[in-house]
Amino acid sequence: METSSGSDIHVNGVPVTTGAATLAELVKELGHADARIATARNGNFVPDRLRGATQLVPGDKIEIVSPRQGG
Amino acid sequence: MNVIEPHAKLHEPFALYGVNLASRLLLGTAQYPSPDILARAVEASGASVVTVSLRREQVRAHKGERFLELIEATGARVLPNTAGCRTAKEAITTAQMAREVFGTDWVKLEVIANDDTLQPEVFGLVEAAAALTKDGFKVLPYTTEDLSVAERLLAAGCEVLMPWGSPIGSGRGLANRYALQSLRAYCAGVPLIVDAGIGAPSHAADAMELGYDAVLINTAVAKAGDPVRMAGAFAMAVEAGRAAYEAGVMGARDMATPSTPVAGTPFFDFPPVADDPGNGK
Repeated sequence: METSSGSDIHVNGVPVTTGAATLAELVKELGHADARIATARNGNFVPDRLRGATQLVPGDKIEIVSPRQGG
Repeated sequence: MNVIEPHAKLHEPFALYGVNLASRLLLGTAQYPSPDILARAVEASGASVVTVSLRREQVRAHKGERFLELIEATGARVLPNTAGCRTAKEAITTAQMAREVFGTDWVKLEVIANDDTLQPEVFGLVEAAAALTKDGFKVLPYTTEDLSVAERLLAAGCEVLMPWGSPIGSGRGLANRYALQSLRAYCAGVPLIVDAGIGAPSHAADAMELGYDAVLINTAVAKAGDPVRMAGAFAMAVEAGRAAYEAGVMGARDMATPSTPVAGTPFFDFPPVADDPGNGK
């Protein structure tokens, strides 16, 4: 979906207005382009290779996660 | 007397999903006072496997990178968890994200039912285990000691089970030792790991003496006064417990049995002295 004025979405639970059209562009916009991260859109995993083809839609809930300590 | 005579078991290597692991201690990486202490604790524990997780990354932060470098430097194999997930769906998505980031198809599957007990939500657990196994994952499910749940997890394709000892972070040891013994007997041949609730090396040794194949520990090491020293203490306890299991632990008896030979005891044939202090004079 094309948006000219930006999409209102949620990234990691925080409301964000982004000009990014795809998940790949969003990841780059947020400074994670080369980072070891993984993504999900609306609760579904989006593999690295599909981020470029994943269009952002207003209301999307995006998760961007990275490695952390765990038990 | 109802005593089962101990039998020595064969010394068998510890393997999960066909991968031989040098240590039967799996270590969590959370809650350490510093990254340096974490790295030294992993080394002191001798752990071949360490658990890790995924959390939301902040904008332009590279927290994930730094942590991953630290863990990769330890040389241990990573086991990503799905900690905090409350539904099968959340756990499945988290596992898929973890597989991409950590480059492993192993997953410590957690689906949590309740914030106070952090007990496994076993229905969602079985559902997620089946879906993930089908998707090529090697699932290590955090479960209860319930036999019917164990059966369903095995039917779902799990080749290892990780029952809790007691609630996560409680340090209470094996709260239902009898049920864990039953599970061990029931699931002969299946690698079983006590995950959660172990608070002291004696708890870990206890689990190993029961024939559990390994233990997974985090809080008890991370929150010790000296985590590095405690990691070493757990390593010894796990080895001791396993060696004891393989050697064959004696059965408990109801009454005393002399350890020193009775035959040839001096004065054996003398009359009892208790009621006659002047006896023999």
